[in-house]
Amino acid sequence: MEKIEIKCEGLSKSYNRKIIFKNLSFSVSSGDSLSVTGKNGSGKSTLIKILANLIQPNSGNISIKADENIIQPENRYLKTGLLSPYLNLYDELTGLENLEFYFLLKTKTEKNVKEKVKLFLEKTGLYERRNDLLKNYSSGMKQRLKLAFSIMNEPAILLLDEPRSNLDKAGIQIVEEIANEQKSKGILIIATNDEDDKLLCCETLNIEDYK
Amino acid sequence: MTAEILRAAFLIFKKDLRSELRTRYVINSLLMFVLVTISIIKFSLGDEKTGDEILTGLLWIVVFFTSSNGLARTFVKEEEKETSVALKLSTMPAAVIFGKLFFNLLLTFILNCFILILFILITDYRVINISGFLITFFLGNLGLVSASTIIAAIISKANSKGTLYPVLTFPVLLPLLMTVINATKLASLGVDTEKLGGEIQILISYTVVVTISALFLFRFVWED
Repeated sequence: MEKIEIKCEGLSKSYNRKIIFKNLSFSVSSGDSLSVTGKNGSGKSTLIKILANLIQPNSGNISIKADENIIQPENRYLKTGLLSPYLNLYDELTGLENLEFYFLLKTKTEKNVKEKVKLFLEKTGLYERRNDLLKNYSSGMKQRLKLAFSIMNEPAILLLDEPRSNLDKAGIQIVEEIANEQKSKGILIIATNDEDDKLLCCETLNIEDYK
Repeated sequence: MTAEILRAAFLIFKKDLRSELRTRYVINSLLMFVLVTISIIKFSLGDEKTGDEILTGLLWIVVFFTSSNGLARTFVKEEEKETSVALKLSTMPAAVIFGKLFFNLLLTFILNCFILILFILITDYRVINISGFLITFFLGNLGLVSASTIIAAIISKANSKGTLYPVLTFPVLLPLLMTVINATKLASLGVDTEKLGGEIQILISYTVVVTISALFLFRFVWED
């Protein structure tokens, strides 16, 4: 298993001259788990987006290394899994079609696709409804499918933004299982205000300390 | 690397085609647009005899505005429905632009064949040098799709998408439109294909330059 390391130094982000956070520094490596907390609008999701390379910080550096080799920003998606409220899958495709599409894109393999996708659908409890269009899914089912999407490339870095949103008890249990598995495989970062999510992580970063 | 990009592009193309066949999001509105536009042209021309030079210009006006209406949707839909984030986390930008380009090419060729057939049936448009006409029409479409696809990616990030698209596409497509209108006009009047060599070279060069520029530019457009 490769050793992964994220090092953030002096990250700052502002929107329309409003400072979201400044001089944020931290580092995590394989086996670490970090919960990012802070009130609504404090910049938790912004930090997750920056870590996923979806947006850029105004200043500061992020360095991600896998076995001491630097991962270039354009290749970070290969190591990252993201579950987030601002990430949607295709409503006009079925759950199975969505996962097959992303599995083929992310893993670059054509072998045993059906079997592997079936495993993710079973893991998230969606196998029975796999042939339903996503537009007919409830918000909890969509959240479960997004959870499957986030782990299907077996990411070294798993970023979960408010992972319990819309989930029932069984769904929350699936999130906890996935989070615990991730801690043994790589890095887990959760943006949350939920006390149970915080308990899943070893360390906590309060983003409001960097205003 | 190239094989991987093409494989991912083909997957995106297949996904877009499946989505479109299921929702008919773009094709239905564009078919209606084409029908209405060509009908208006027919009513305004009436029984008057119109020269092929003017009809060629009218044909490309229909093609240009149909493309303006439809080609932007592929990227705008991804942004509006927030599905672009999942794509960004799944593959490289080059695969996305090629996938969208392939889909837009298919969409445009189907629509433009429909426009051409309808235009010939409804107006008295006659083409003498058919092979020359088809070559220039094909190359014109290729250039149109290449330029429109990258502009669609740019405007999908903007707030006023609808108005921005024709404003941005017009100056970029102007050299292409001038060349292709002239070439198709000459072909319809019966000028030999060999004599269209200059126009054909310009159309090929335009498409190559725009496609390569799109490939380099798209990475910066795709990443916020």
